[in-house]
Amino acid sequence: MIFAAILAIEVKDLLSSVIAMGAVGFALCLAFLILKAPDLAITQLVVELLCLIILIKATIKKDLPLVIEGRWLFNTVSTLLFAIVFLFFSYIILKELPAFGDPIMGLVKKYLLEEGVSKTGAVNIVSAVILDFRAYDTLGEVAVLFTSIIGIMAILRRRGRKEILEEDTNGK
Amino acid sequence: MSTYLLCLVLFCVGLYGLLRKRNLVKMIVGLAIMGYSLNLFFVLLGYRLHGRAPIDAPDQVIENMVDPLPQAVVLTSIVIGLGIMALLISLAIRIYEKHGTLDITKINKLKG
Amino acid sequence: MTLLVKTASRLVVVLGLIFGIHIILHGHLAPGGGFAGGVIIALSFVLLILAFGKDAALSKLSLKLASNLENVGALLFLIIGLLGFWGGAFFLNILVKGSPFRLFSAGTIPLNNIVIGLKVGVGLFVIFLTLVILEKSKKEE
Repeated sequence: MIFAAILAIEVKDLLSSVIAMGAVGFALCLAFLILKAPDLAITQLVVELLCLIILIKATIKKDLPLVIEGRWLFNTVSTLLFAIVFLFFSYIILKELPAFGDPIMGLVKKYLLEEGVSKTGAVNIVSAVILDFRAYDTLGEVAVLFTSIIGIMAILRRRGRKEILEEDTNGK
Repeated sequence: MSTYLLCLVLFCVGLYGLLRKRNLVKMIVGLAIMGYSLNLFFVLLGYRLHGRAPIDAPDQVIENMVDPLPQAVVLTSIVIGLGIMALLISLAIRIYEKHGTLDITKINKLKG
Repeated sequence: MTLLVKTASRLVVVLGLIFGIHIILHGHLAPGGGFAGGVIIALSFVLLILAFGKDAALSKLSLKLASNLENVGALLFLIIGLLGFWGGAFFLNILVKGSPFRLFSAGTIPLNNIVIGLKVGVGLFVIFLTLVILEKSKKEE
């Protein structure tokens, strides 16, 4: 996955970098299957497909700008320095987490697994969590999708407001 | 422990792409890679070795299922990520129409 | 598009619609749920646009009708949540819960799945249609 991501960022052709991003998404879907999360694998696969279709339709005829580098050394060095400091501090913090594959069995997780089927009657516990125990979060997510659709319909209009005003004043 | 670190290295690769590139589409690809790496980190937190998927069946014990709570959160996050990408791409299309180029150092006319 | 693509996509569109509805309805028994099923329905409509041009898809589901369907979906989700006040709290699961492993069990969860699948599917189709209409109008200028 890391190899495909580096390829996606460095390649000069726009279409190749979009296809490499598709490779990262598919590898992520395989990783979700290995980590025993089938709901997430299905959703990630189809969402990745739709994202690829929209990206390719938008970039298929655009030009490639020239690569004029100014202040190249300072930018690269400062970004790499930030990455090294970030990884160093995260290494110190990650030692506090429990070992991989041995999570803390808290109260909430015990309650969800043991009482989930009898309280809601649904066999798929992930569905029961997002639609019965935490339905408020799903309402928030529906609101976010709704807002983004309204935003896209407002940005990609055929005629702007100025042109409609001019037509009205010319017509009268 | 090393799996967590590899996940954060993917995040840093995406961050490098967002900061250092000049093309708008490359910046959007960098943002998408950052989003994927964080979803993966969340699901890694709740994994149990030799666990089972969190779906019941008439003859299974509940003892060793993986954690269902991070999976519910990440499901919502994947769909919201799609909404964000669609909005960003429509903005990029509009900018290309107005200015004729996708290079961020040449887009500096702030007229309406 | 060539004849091969048109003939093959006629079958795939119908299969995709049936598959999406199946995943939405069995959301509480098998992995899947409202979001994945909704996106699959949107993908089958997008295939119709890509293979036959935008007029074929517009004759089945015009832009105004799709917009209204999406608004109705969002409102229905809110109404199902407000129904919980009958039982005493917001979003309480009040319908009868049958025995597990049957299709009509688990209270309001299948209804929620259907409404979310409708909203997500039609919404993503509207996004793609807006992109295609913009490109067509740009080419005519």
